[in-house]
Amino acid sequence: MDAIQARARLAENPDAVVTGEGAAIVVTVPAAQWAELASFAKEGLGCTFFSFLSAVDWKEDGLEVVAWMDNLDAPFSLLMKTRLGTGVTTCASLALTYRGAGWMEREAFDMFGIVFEGHPDLRRILLDDDWVGHPLLKSYAVDTPYPPYR
Amino acid sequence: MSSEHGPLVIKQLDYTGAERLTMNMGPQHPSAHGVFRAILTLEGETVVGVDAVIGYLHRCHEKLAETLAYVQYPSIASKTDYVAAMSSELAYVMAAERLAKIDVPKRAQYLRVLVGELQRVASHCLWLGTWCMDMGGALGGGATVFLYCIRERELVLDLFESLTGARLLYGFHQVGGVRYDMPEHWATECRSTVDLIEKRLLEYEEMLEGNAFFMMRTKGVGVISRELALDVGISGPLLRASGVNCDLRRLAPYSSYEDFEFRVPVETSGDCYARYKVRMVEFRESIKIVRQILDGLPEGPISSRPGVKAVAQVRVPKGEMYARVEGPRGEVGCYLVGDGGPRPYRMKWRGASFSNLAVLPHIIPGHSVADVVAIMGSVDPVFGEVDR
Repeated sequence: MDAIQARARLAENPDAVVTGEGAAIVVTVPAAQWAELASFAKEGLGCTFFSFLSAVDWKEDGLEVVAWMDNLDAPFSLLMKTRLGTGVTTCASLALTYRGAGWMEREAFDMFGIVFEGHPDLRRILLDDDWVGHPLLKSYAVDTPYPPYR
Repeated sequence: MSSEHGPLVIKQLDYTGAERLTMNMGPQHPSAHGVFRAILTLEGETVVGVDAVIGYLHRCHEKLAETLAYVQYPSIASKTDYVAAMSSELAYVMAAERLAKIDVPKRAQYLRVLVGELQRVASHCLWLGTWCMDMGGALGGGATVFLYCIRERELVLDLFESLTGARLLYGFHQVGGVRYDMPEHWATECRSTVDLIEKRLLEYEEMLEGNAFFMMRTKGVGVISRELALDVGISGPLLRASGVNCDLRRLAPYSSYEDFEFRVPVETSGDCYARYKVRMVEFRESIKIVRQILDGLPEGPISSRPGVKAVAQVRVPKGEMYARVEGPRGEVGCYLVGDGGPRPYRMKWRGASFSNLAVLPHIIPGHSVADVVAIMGSVDPVFGEVDR
């Protein structure tokens, strides 16, 4: 499996938009296919190395979840993206497909308030449990006062 | 047995060996190399469960980056992984350069590799010293190896000081190149420093590998399988010690790494000893690259852009870019989303230590408490990078 074959396999899905240059493949899918795409990336495309998962807040256009994985043998990389939609804060979890997604999704939950459905242990990771708000949302001002620590 | 107060009753503990004890290791445990709390569930001396608590050093670098211009953030980037500041800075400026299609002169690329490899030597020195100190007196007096390694690391920091004026957090990289060129006689000093360190490495190896306690505490301890390593996304020496031949300097060469000859060490056993072996080879390969650069450093400018005069000087078009470098701890990556302005719309920092640490809950159960210390040290986490 090389990058060209991987592109072709990904393009078989009519809902997927495949972009990117050369060995850096970018694929965007509807949120409903998120978990399915991850399984396909791992089993079908040989992207066994999990690099990172995070999110981008596009304000009124809603949140976008991104994840990066690599096929180290080919080698090529895959950036998966999905838009959750305006006001939507739930997303399918990849933690059971890639164990590395476990902590990354906890961080995205902590920073963006995205609830990853099916995550075995979804709780805040960097901030304290009593923190109010999700700092990386664009609506969260940098100078937001925080309640004093106990 | 009796006394004037009646018979002395010794309470028999009803210990069946099945009770579980919860023990907090940290957040201020010396072996954590920072602030890290492991909530261990113990059965006797054996760990059966781990909950890793991180975030004590969280400064929300990602939010900070959204408020700082491309010309401002690189010197803050060095505060993520403060033990290897050079590679953190490089990841950020590379992401901005690629997105804005800014060229970097050859001399600047070579200088970036030069400081990156010296940084790897300094970082591995600190890792070896602290790790051996964690494993304690069995290695010939608690602080012996530590002090030797710190002695060598100081030599590299001296080089950085005469190059950049700072010992730890440099601000050496800038978008378009580097900020400082080598001062006079620096190359000669650099050469004699790496010669000395290379000689001293032999002493460490003799001291450690001839020590039965060191071998007992590292061989077969904390085994990470190849499959787990990839799945969790650990990188750097940990990944290579688990039998995966992955080095970003080879896989996706950046900053002219394709011009240099070096070997990528791979071990297959995946234990603490394998991680030690990989890093000991990396020391030497880094020194080899440093020598190649000193022999063939091209002349020319060190930056393709003028010096920084205004905050909004660098603008990055709309788009996204993920740039990654092979830091001493593995894949240090920066996912940058630009919106055409002088500040990033979003920046995600992929710290190597964050993913490396995430493997701990998978491998620690089944080991004794003392092994937790050896495993933690072999992972070489830097908490500035874990918590960001």
